[in-house]
Amino acid sequence: MTQNLFIYAIMAPLLAALPVNLMARSYRPWAGTVAVGALIFSAVTSTVVLADVLKNGTIRYTLGNWPVPFGMELIVDPLGAMMLVVVSVCALFAISSAIRSASDEMPGQEHLFFTLALIMITGLMGLVVSADAFNIYVLLEITAITCYGLIAMGRGRAPLASFNYVIMGTIGACFYLLGIGYLYILTGSLNMPDIAGIIPGLDAPAAVATSFAFLMVGLWIKMGFFPLHGWLPNAYTYAPSATSVLMAPLMTKVSVFLMIRVMFFLYTPEYAFDHPDVQQLIIWAAALAIVVASSFALAQTEFKKMLAYVVVAEVGYMVGGVWLANSTGLTGAILHIVNDALMTLVMFLAASAVIYKVGASRFSDFAGLYRKMPITMAAFTLGAFALIGVPPTCGFFSKWYLILGGIEAGQFSYVAALVVSSLVNAVIFFRIIEIAFFQKPEGEDVLRRAEAPLPILAPLVVGAIALIVVGLFSGQIVGGLIAPALPWSF
Amino acid sequence: MHLEHSILPLAAVLVSLLAAIPIILSDRRPNLREMWTLLAGVSMFLIVASMVPTVLAGNQPTITLFEVIPGVPIQLRVDSMGMLFALIASFLFILTSIYSIGYMRSLQEHDQTRYFASFAVAIGATVGVAFSANLLTLYLFYEMLSLSTYPLVAHERNAESRSSGRRYLSILLGTSVGFALPAMMMTYAFAGTLDFTVGGILGGAAPPAVLSLMLVMLVAGFAKCGVMPFHGWLPAAMVAPTPVSSFLHGVAVVKVGVFSVLRVLLDIFGIDVLGAITMGAALPYFVSFTIIAASIVALSQDNLKRRLAYSTVGQLSYIMLGVSLLSPAAVTGGIMHIASHAFAKVTLFYCAGAIYVASHKKYISQMKGLGRTMPFTFGAFGIAALSMIGAPPSAGFVSKWLMLNGALDADMIIIFGVLLSSTLLNAAYFVPIVYQGFFGKPNPEGDLVVASQIKEAPLTLLVPLMITSIISLLIGIYPYFFLQFAEAVLP
Repeated sequence: MTQNLFIYAIMAPLLAALPVNLMARSYRPWAGTVAVGALIFSAVTSTVVLADVLKNGTIRYTLGNWPVPFGMELIVDPLGAMMLVVVSVCALFAISSAIRSASDEMPGQEHLFFTLALIMITGLMGLVVSADAFNIYVLLEITAITCYGLIAMGRGRAPLASFNYVIMGTIGACFYLLGIGYLYILTGSLNMPDIAGIIPGLDAPAAVATSFAFLMVGLWIKMGFFPLHGWLPNAYTYAPSATSVLMAPLMTKVSVFLMIRVMFFLYTPEYAFDHPDVQQLIIWAAALAIVVASSFALAQTEFKKMLAYVVVAEVGYMVGGVWLANSTGLTGAILHIVNDALMTLVMFLAASAVIYKVGASRFSDFAGLYRKMPITMAAFTLGAFALIGVPPTCGFFSKWYLILGGIEAGQFSYVAALVVSSLVNAVIFFRIIEIAFFQKPEGEDVLRRAEAPLPILAPLVVGAIALIVVGLFSGQIVGGLIAPALPWSF
Repeated sequence: MHLEHSILPLAAVLVSLLAAIPIILSDRRPNLREMWTLLAGVSMFLIVASMVPTVLAGNQPTITLFEVIPGVPIQLRVDSMGMLFALIASFLFILTSIYSIGYMRSLQEHDQTRYFASFAVAIGATVGVAFSANLLTLYLFYEMLSLSTYPLVAHERNAESRSSGRRYLSILLGTSVGFALPAMMMTYAFAGTLDFTVGGILGGAAPPAVLSLMLVMLVAGFAKCGVMPFHGWLPAAMVAPTPVSSFLHGVAVVKVGVFSVLRVLLDIFGIDVLGAITMGAALPYFVSFTIIAASIVALSQDNLKRRLAYSTVGQLSYIMLGVSLLSPAAVTGGIMHIASHAFAKVTLFYCAGAIYVASHKKYISQMKGLGRTMPFTFGAFGIAALSMIGAPPSAGFVSKWLMLNGALDADMIIIFGVLLSSTLLNAAYFVPIVYQGFFGKPNPEGDLVVASQIKEAPLTLLVPLMITSIISLLIGIYPYFFLQFAEAVLP
């Protein structure tokens, strides 16, 4: 029973997608309820699976009992199970907020939104447990194609942003597919553990290196790693609030997780870090990503766009952390996947609440919000503290490991970039806090309390509290989950 | 020394942090709300005071909360230096609460709920810093204090408070994230721990040049200590309501900065390491510059609160000077000065607030002859000023005497001269206020108040300032209660 429990977690959103689309044509309020129900099931089941994996060890599951390497294999190791929980919980919160924000921003299209969103969530959950390199390609495309649709449902420049993403995303997918193609020609297998066993015996260094480079570039485009991030800011900004709440915490983070998977489980750490020059170059790129994206964030006047650049900077944090090539940095990167998912979730939920009540999320729209929406703004403030890295919020602890890893590796440009980015985050968020605290909205003399409705507010509050709880228990997360799962130890 | 598991340190911190919740919930019932503040203050003081016998017996109540990073838990531990600071802070919190209630109600200030809630969180964070067992826990409460005092500085919500609030946060957050955090990580990378240990944890862990760099980063990083050139936030913070300036920016916040620096000097570096590195030897001269420069700037300030703020900048550096001299008498004197300065400076600010409430005067030049209408306030001001100058029999004399002895022990005749000349400067900017208050001629225009008529601030303001000024004298006459904590700091 527990062996295949996780399959139910992954399939629940997919199975719900069909009735959501059909039933909700006649009665729309059903769409959100069914979707949330399916995701509650997924979230609870994923948590059970995580507990089970931690107790009884990794689950290896072959679909349809076809033997490996011909059949498709799913591997739920502790990290994969952790990601299942992250994806399902974030998705649950995002979909809950979509109940109200989708009907506000996309009236008449809610059922389409929920259908695409549920398929995308299935794709994301499949990605984190798949042990088949080609399956990962398929699932990447499933999530990407649904995302194109979800973004294009927005108003104004959304279709253009989506089109940009289609082109960039497809290029990324091509790189990934080519990488897999090289590997398949070399090894004749698509099963990741199987390939990992064959690669060391191969005598084709150039071909293996090419496949590695293609896979990396493909994933970097997907995660928006500077300078391949061009599609990301507009896509996140112009998408409907419900879409950005769903995408921003999950897409980039799952791609980073896939990069870790490919580097350490398809190849070996020794192989990935074989060339110090390459490693150095990528860390410099990460440092540059952090600094440049932070300065772009500094130049924005629209909250969602600013957050999008913050996300690009955070991708730099994680890629840099992985490529520091020591266990502290990798610990920080993995911990940051969890923390950053939570932080971006809270911030985009806050944006969603503000857009729902005020109509837009330019900085000037925040005027007087500490009086009008005190609960939303309290959660926003906590989220800002987490992104700045104020203890005991979770953002501090992953940053701690990342900086410490940078010091251990002697990569001071990366350390400096992290410190600068914390300071920039302090500036950009306090600018909004100041507007919300000091300015009065034009034309309103008396400020009445007007919070967003419960489906948006509840996940926001729970997420904000989770920022502190996860922070306080980061010792347990690192000690019990991440440290034992690291692929190597120095 | 003996560690002893105890819930009390946590209770002391939480009782004030959590008091913010009922305070916010009783928004519409001011009397109930103020009752929560007073209740939190009194219970915090009682909890802190109940640990005094344990600490004097040489034990350290300890509680470990979360093992957030291997080897660095969030942990509270009460030692004698923390006890000294927490006792003063929690005692003054009670008086300041009474004073705040009188002040805010007399002036019919807006947003009193936010004010009292932020205040409660700030005091909780202050005591948290006092009880922190390692640098990470201290940093956590330090940042909490910066953030919780921002709404207090920005209280007025006008253009001036907006720019002051910006200056306040950008200096405090900028230095702590930019300097203290990286230095803390370097400490962890070198020493593998961040625990405050008597004698330090960095001995032989890193080359002297790196240690010097870390020392500079840590002193600059804890910019609440007011060391120049990172002192600009303190005058900026004076736009806050006066109870905030008096307690938070006269005692709690600034002492948290100094306390953090003392922890770094004594328990992270340790006196032996400090003596061996270049920056350690240069530190007394570095802070001496702040002492003299701040006093000179204070001379030229006409706004009473700003003059007091620059006086604070100078006095804080006394404390750091005492400890950086590294001789036992000077260290004791420096720590003792935490107590002397706290009671004197809080009195001076209380008086400034009382003058503002009673007569709406902010500038020293307007206060001529005011002492005749407000004799108690100006009397208390005079006593506190004596303590600031360091005249016997006030509290300031005791600490200054110890520091002077310490400077001689350490053969630092220049520092001896700095201490003496700054005493003269202190006198130069305090005595005229008192003298003009009692004997000056009131400005002819405008003032219709008959000079002989007594018109003091309400009793809720007057009583606290009388109490603190009397304590300033009492410490001078019987310093041994606080001295026993200060002397227990060095092994």
